[in-house]
Amino acid sequence: MNRNLCRYKTRALVVFLAVGLLMLAMTGRLDYLMLFRADHYGQMAEDLHQRERTIKAARGRILDRNGTVIADNRTVCTISVIHNQIEEPEQVTQALSRELGLSAEEIRGKVEKYSAREIIKTNVDKETGDRIRSLRLAGVKVDEDYKRYYPYDSLASKVLGFTGGDNQGIIGLEVRYEEYLKGQNGLILTMADAAGVELENAFEDRIEPVAGADLTVSLDVNIQTYAQQAALKVMEEKNAKKVSVIIMDPRNGEILAMVNVPEFNLNDPFTLNTEPEEGSTASKQDLLNQMWRNPAINDTYEPGSTFKIITASAGLEAGVVGINDHFSCPGYRIVEDRKIRCHKVGGHGGETFLQATMNSCNPVFIDVGQRLGVERYYHYFTQFGLLGKTGVDLPGEASTIMHKKEDMGLVELATVSFGQSFQITPLQMITTAASIVNGGTRVTPHFGIKSVSADGERVHTFTYPVKEGIVSAETSETMRFMLEKVVSEGGGKNAVIEGYRIGGKTATSEKLPRSLKKYISSFLGFAPADDPQVIALITIDEPEGVYYGGTIAAPVIADIFRNILPYLGIEAEEVAVDYSRETTYTNF
Amino acid sequence: MAQERRKRSQRFYDYSLLFAIVFLTIFGLIMIYSASSYKAQIDYDGNAAYFMIRQGAIAAVGLVVMIVISKMDYHWYAKVWKLGVAVVWILMLLVTFTPLGREYNGKKRWLGYGSFSFQPSELVKIVVIVALASMIVRYGKDIDRFAGKFRVMLLVFPLALIVVFNNLSTGIIIVGIGFVMMFVASKEKWPYVLCVAAAGLVLVFAGPIGKALTEIGLLHDYQLGRINVWLDPESYSQEGGFQVLQGLYAIGSGGLFGKGLGQSIQKMGFVPEAQNDMIFSIICEELGLFGAVSLILIFMFMIYRFLVIAGNAPDLFGSMLVVGVMGHISIQVILNIAVVTNTIPNTGITLPFISYGGTSVLFLLIEMGMVLSVSNQIKLEK
Repeated sequence: MNRNLCRYKTRALVVFLAVGLLMLAMTGRLDYLMLFRADHYGQMAEDLHQRERTIKAARGRILDRNGTVIADNRTVCTISVIHNQIEEPEQVTQALSRELGLSAEEIRGKVEKYSAREIIKTNVDKETGDRIRSLRLAGVKVDEDYKRYYPYDSLASKVLGFTGGDNQGIIGLEVRYEEYLKGQNGLILTMADAAGVELENAFEDRIEPVAGADLTVSLDVNIQTYAQQAALKVMEEKNAKKVSVIIMDPRNGEILAMVNVPEFNLNDPFTLNTEPEEGSTASKQDLLNQMWRNPAINDTYEPGSTFKIITASAGLEAGVVGINDHFSCPGYRIVEDRKIRCHKVGGHGGETFLQATMNSCNPVFIDVGQRLGVERYYHYFTQFGLLGKTGVDLPGEASTIMHKKEDMGLVELATVSFGQSFQITPLQMITTAASIVNGGTRVTPHFGIKSVSADGERVHTFTYPVKEGIVSAETSETMRFMLEKVVSEGGGKNAVIEGYRIGGKTATSEKLPRSLKKYISSFLGFAPADDPQVIALITIDEPEGVYYGGTIAAPVIADIFRNILPYLGIEAEEVAVDYSRETTYTNF
Repeated sequence: MAQERRKRSQRFYDYSLLFAIVFLTIFGLIMIYSASSYKAQIDYDGNAAYFMIRQGAIAAVGLVVMIVISKMDYHWYAKVWKLGVAVVWILMLLVTFTPLGREYNGKKRWLGYGSFSFQPSELVKIVVIVALASMIVRYGKDIDRFAGKFRVMLLVFPLALIVVFNNLSTGIIIVGIGFVMMFVASKEKWPYVLCVAAAGLVLVFAGPIGKALTEIGLLHDYQLGRINVWLDPESYSQEGGFQVLQGLYAIGSGGLFGKGLGQSIQKMGFVPEAQNDMIFSIICEELGLFGAVSLILIFMFMIYRFLVIAGNAPDLFGSMLVVGVMGHISIQVILNIAVVTNTIPNTGITLPFISYGGTSVLFLLIEMGMVLSVSNQIKLEK
């Protein structure tokens, strides 16, 4: 028995030692996992536990050329409740209902809902958010966020554009310069449990957001504001559908103002600015898209007589006409089988090319066009940059709608010569005119001047292509002279400003279909005529009553110039009144 | 004789073991609270201590029962072992084949009526220990004969088989207890060595064997999946490796000294039912390698006490009882740690005294009462 017990003891010891050995093996396994694999599994575990919460980056501001902020950010709050942190549901319900002006039932439903996080209201202004935060209600979260804010409401609305729910640009400069403005969102890395609920007091990692770069644009708030007032005034007076004004520096293509009335409120871009027409079947989205359109860039029109600037330049450049060449206008011109009338039914009679330009005489410009012929006319049309887009830094620019060269007969050539039967954008019109009068340099119209990073360290200056020599300096000078004459003695005399030399050209384009007798009245003016520093184009869509560009459009530009020229530092010359100009012309 | 009776007051009582038992039970309660409070708070309406209180109540009862048993003479078990076997058979049949058996997570392991329920398979372990100890005493040297072995197998294997239906790991433990007790009682060496060697080989070549068995249709795809998950949990995370990985994440993120008690993140729903089988991974995460090894050492100390008591037991029956308990605790601790560290394929095994489970802790404490009772019969020689 004793020996047997001894054997059992030995066997039990063997078991014990085997257990010890296995335990040692387990310890070794733990050593391996917890010391050598710790980084591996620790990292994998962290990836699993971490939850990312984005911190929105502040969007870059938009400033005008003088540094005035025209698109800014405002802090708004999102109020939400976290069900299982709420201690006093009724108090929370009452407080939120009182502060946010929502019904208690609606809030109670969300407070009592078993969910990780329930949003009560977004876009709450900061004061209300701060007030709610100061109540220190358990389970109520107040998160701050940025919302785009436009201090001038509707100013340059169709140019600036607005942003959507994620602070992303939707139209206009906001979308074009998205990559500069948007910045980089930051991250808050928090720990969360398996259900994704963030843990209180857990270690937090933060990646700071990088604010977007500020964008300086060429717009001038004062000029824009004044031009907008002037445009609104004429729109109301003439009961026009819409009025666009573009004011540009012809030397470099910087756009100082681009007005498209009616504008809309950028702080409330989803509210229509007009009552929908009776029986209109257009959906709200269509109407909104219509409201957001920038007709100066997105729509084309038949430029009419302002386009005679181009025909004249091409004729002068090709040497097929001189300013003193004599023409005669019987009131019409027959091209092939077509009789094309001059606006002056009786005809202008004998006149020089200069006089014909001042008179805006269609037959003479038909003659110039015919002298050039389709081939050469098309050549200059292309050379002046009219065939493509202007390359403006706004989205959705419309292309020129022009006859194909092979389809262009003499009749088409004749109508093109005085600005009909093809379509360009108002911006294309003013840009081409600017390039002709500035000495022959085709500029790219633009708004963006520079972007400056939020810390002010990185400055990016935008450059735009220019093409020199689209017309010779002589042609350019001749054009300036002739166009000054148009204003001082011709159809544009309503644009005369005492003490300034103004050049310009009027136009009255009949809209299609012609039978409707609807017009676009326009005037293109620049100053000073001998050294253009500012050029402006106004288009008045469907004015009622008198619709002649020279009568209704030219005075608006004159009014704007009278105010902005001194503002731009262009001094008035000694007034030398010439009383010989008191004859009344038919304004065209 | 009269002198001997007086000497009974001089009998030994293993206070070191008692201390280890109480320590592990209380440590278990603390870890259950730590591992379960986050989920309990969510699932039981803010009652973070739900699991701990339930476990604590049963443990308190269990400790009293343990003390009572430890003061009783253990020899009467030998008289009722056949009755015990009959009872566990009835209970196992009831739980497996009648509606009295309650299903949880697809396994019918609980026998319940009303709010009362328990796992009969835990009772099977005790009955097997008592039955084998009785048989070994009865057969003496004949235990190494075929008839002896056959009778032992006839007792152990059918019981293990019915348990395996719903609880593979407990079946393995039952067979393991039998193996250890037979090994200690036997004079033979080689059959046992061969068994261990075979088990080792199967473990080493589990991958290819599993594949071959699946191909001939002996193994289900999901079982092969478990083997694959075990071999490479990161590649088979979709097939269930996710759970294994969660345990490894917890262990790996513990490091040398852990994140500190209560600081586990894996317990927040990542490790499923962290208070159960996987509680060791939470211990690793919170207390680090230091805490894990300390716990292993306490278990080793406990097993050492079993060895001492078995070696000094007044008779073979007491000795074999303690050997059985020793086998039970050792196998369960080793298998649990091996599963949690993904050393062997995943199968549900609780960590004695620590894991949540009322039946488990109650019967463990009864076993401890038996061991303490054996220790109490040791006469101190002056």
